[in-house]
Amino acid sequence: MNTYASQVGQSIPKVDVRAKVTGRAAYIADLSRPGMLHGAVLQSPHAHARILGYDTSKALAVPGVRCVLTGADFTEHFMGPFIKDEGPIAIGKVRYVGEPVAVVAADDEPTARRAARLIEVAYEELPAVLTPEEALAPGAPLVHEHLDSYVKVFDAKCEGNQFSYTELAEGDVERAFAECDIVVEGTYETQAQYHLSLEPCGALAEVDANGRVHLWSANQSVFRVQANVCESLGLPMSRLHSMTPTVGAGFGNKMEAHIQPLVVALALAAQRPVKMILSREEDFEMVRARHPFKIRIRTGARKDGTLLAREVETLLDGGAYADDSPGVLGYSLLMARGPYSIPNTRCFGRVVYTNKMRFGAFRGFGNGQVAFAGEQQIDEIAHRLGIDPLDMRLRNALRPGEPWFGGQQVNSNGLAECLEAVRERSGWKRPRPSRPGVKLGYGVSACAHVGGLLATSAIVRMLEDGTFVLNTGATDIGQGSDTVLSQICADSLRVPVANVVCATPDTDGSPYNWGTTASRVTYTTGRAVAGAAGEVVRQIKEAAAEMLTCPVDALEVRDGGFVAVTGSNTALPYGAVAGFTHWASRGPIVGAKSLIYDSPTIDPKRAVAVGLPFSRIGVFSFNALVVEVEIDEVTGKMSVTRAWSANDVGRAINPRLVEGQIEGGFVQGLGFALTEELVWDGPRLSNPTLMDYKAPGAADVPYEIHTIIVEHPEPDGPFGAKGVGEISLVGVPAAIANAAFDAMGTRLRKLPMTPERVLGAMLDDGAAD
Amino acid sequence: MTMDQTMATVSLRINDVEHAVPADGRTTLLEVLRETLGLTGAKRGCNQGVCGACTVLLDGRPVRGCLMLAAACAGHDITTIEGLAEGNDLTPVQEAFVEHGAVQCGFCTSGMVLTATALLKETPHPNVAAARAAMSGNLCRCSGYRKIIDAVVAAGGAR
Repeated sequence: MNTYASQVGQSIPKVDVRAKVTGRAAYIADLSRPGMLHGAVLQSPHAHARILGYDTSKALAVPGVRCVLTGADFTEHFMGPFIKDEGPIAIGKVRYVGEPVAVVAADDEPTARRAARLIEVAYEELPAVLTPEEALAPGAPLVHEHLDSYVKVFDAKCEGNQFSYTELAEGDVERAFAECDIVVEGTYETQAQYHLSLEPCGALAEVDANGRVHLWSANQSVFRVQANVCESLGLPMSRLHSMTPTVGAGFGNKMEAHIQPLVVALALAAQRPVKMILSREEDFEMVRARHPFKIRIRTGARKDGTLLAREVETLLDGGAYADDSPGVLGYSLLMARGPYSIPNTRCFGRVVYTNKMRFGAFRGFGNGQVAFAGEQQIDEIAHRLGIDPLDMRLRNALRPGEPWFGGQQVNSNGLAECLEAVRERSGWKRPRPSRPGVKLGYGVSACAHVGGLLATSAIVRMLEDGTFVLNTGATDIGQGSDTVLSQICADSLRVPVANVVCATPDTDGSPYNWGTTASRVTYTTGRAVAGAAGEVVRQIKEAAAEMLTCPVDALEVRDGGFVAVTGSNTALPYGAVAGFTHWASRGPIVGAKSLIYDSPTIDPKRAVAVGLPFSRIGVFSFNALVVEVEIDEVTGKMSVTRAWSANDVGRAINPRLVEGQIEGGFVQGLGFALTEELVWDGPRLSNPTLMDYKAPGAADVPYEIHTIIVEHPEPDGPFGAKGVGEISLVGVPAAIANAAFDAMGTRLRKLPMTPERVLGAMLDDGAAD
Repeated sequence: MTMDQTMATVSLRINDVEHAVPADGRTTLLEVLRETLGLTGAKRGCNQGVCGACTVLLDGRPVRGCLMLAAACAGHDITTIEGLAEGNDLTPVQEAFVEHGAVQCGFCTSGMVLTATALLKETPHPNVAAARAAMSGNLCRCSGYRKIIDAVVAAGGAR
């Protein structure tokens, strides 16, 4: 009999890797259809203006132009994951510089781009609000006059430009602060970070003779694409067939809509296939970015280091459309207590519209921003009390069995082990010879992150020869979910991974999957895959029982794809069972499993929640991080020279892919901490190019990123697994800021921690922001 | 690409095959590769010479396809990602990228593999420092670079 080692826990190569190393993987820009046109967009030059009219005659006169659409060609239909406030294009007015106001389809891309620039739009400029403070000022111009009438999927607390207010509280914060021996208070600011998926956003749509629309696009969810296109164009979902090519990363920017609605509208109007790929500048200016946060926070403790109270107030710049902002606000408040037992905590905050590009989901989903503030305060208290910052975290770490802020059960908690692991592996603060002119520092941070949320499903079908097709609708955006889900499926069926193929997501053929987001696919979709495969095993046994005329419960499945009577030496290969079901009896074997994450976030006996946009969220992963930094005393340039990141991921289905997530998240966090910032010059983004927006390259990051995988199995996770996609980014800015304090004795409370800010902090001797 | 009177025919040797392609004075090598010849392994990440996703080899040296004018490439040997593997046999660099988990979304991978191929030709056994320096002009947003550097070093057999 064939036997093989279990493939869960093995670092097998990604199932799509050969296509990628040979350059043959087809991304959206690589696709083509017969008769295909190319789209281009005209962007708004104004932050806030009424649209008085359009003149498209010059654009239409350009040879090769087939179709021009403006806001006048669209009726008002709105999309949005939380608040339906966004059309496919600016209609009636523009709300940020860069917003699409018109689109063109032409025979080739240069013609389309040239024609787009010839469209004339008459505007009446309106006063704009460019910061949350301006947006909240009495009498401020309204970004959305009809906010009250928009459809909302949760109890949004809207007022003026504020489109969400959320509050979470546990215990008695004021009384607890009065009992504290030490209270630290501060304000922190974080910047807008650009996702920089190396693949710019794009889409290709084609209308068939029956009027159905077939759409390929760079995406994190073919189903969110379907929902957004259909909601914003007023189409029934059954008319749209949403598919995915290979996707060149996401990090959040491809979860909700980008230009898919516009490309579908062009294809419907032109009755020809239309492809539009954003330039890098357009991708910077009109997709989405990480929310800038302003955070006021205070934390109090007893003399012995026991944390007693924390209060956090946040103000988020939401940009011109709500997008995922209410989710980011609510989630960041849920995480703002940190992974600690602080019995008295109150977190509240607002998100407001401004006349800037929308801000939305980005790896960490607000957690990195609040961790930058909260994790520095843990250090500040430790320093003032003379306690080692790592000991301080261990002393207050959420203990196994203790619930999260708000009351949710935490079923697996490896935080203490993560902290001990980074202490041991890094030799925590073991002095190292420092070079003249260089300050050396060590910093630590700890965090948790949730993976889960919402609906998912999986279908496993046995083919005629006994091999299998797995279909989940989950888009692999490069992180490797096709591989991990195949491993989960194959192990559940006890066959080699080579016997399972992972189908490409497709709204016609795949069962529903909310999306590749929220660190959820391994855990949530993995549960559905294990469930569907389990159903297949049940059906295999039933068919085999009929073939062998024995009771079902006398049968077992064996490694390599066999079913046999327990204790017997003879076994039926799956191929025989498949042939029997296809040609003789019962019918082909199909296993399916649907589920929705269902443990409540809030226990009303413990906590009060106002305006929280999700009631059931997911399971908790944990992380501890130690960094070593060097600061050049002359230039203020800070470099991370070594890092140790320990992550409790429940069970690493594919350890090398888990390491890839940890290393990649760490480096994206490093960019967030040190160099990356979208800068607006008045209403206009002033650095929408890779020349002017500095993301880390190979020479800017430490080679020594030590990943440590900690495995505290999640009871209902597939093989014990939980999420890993985001957590390694979350604590990075905080750990680096804590190392900077260790090196120079002053705190950095504003991101990014540029050489100017570091030098200023050194010179100011503690007074800098 | 729009054909007009200013288009000339340029002869390019790509992956050891001669191609006569239309190009005017502004047509980039990347446009010719992707749009005229359907060699889509080179990616348009920024069209500004920063990201490195369009890297190809010109006489064995890595260049940015988006910054090279097609007309200026006549008479040179151009190698794209499509020209590396023979049949199903991967090159040692490609094998190392597979084995070391150096690929996530893959959008940077063609450029990374070609840059590494050029490095190994000049420096057959690069150490970590040499690999980091050589790969520093190719952006990757997924990996954190560690596994890419490990793959490059392993492909050269050094440590």
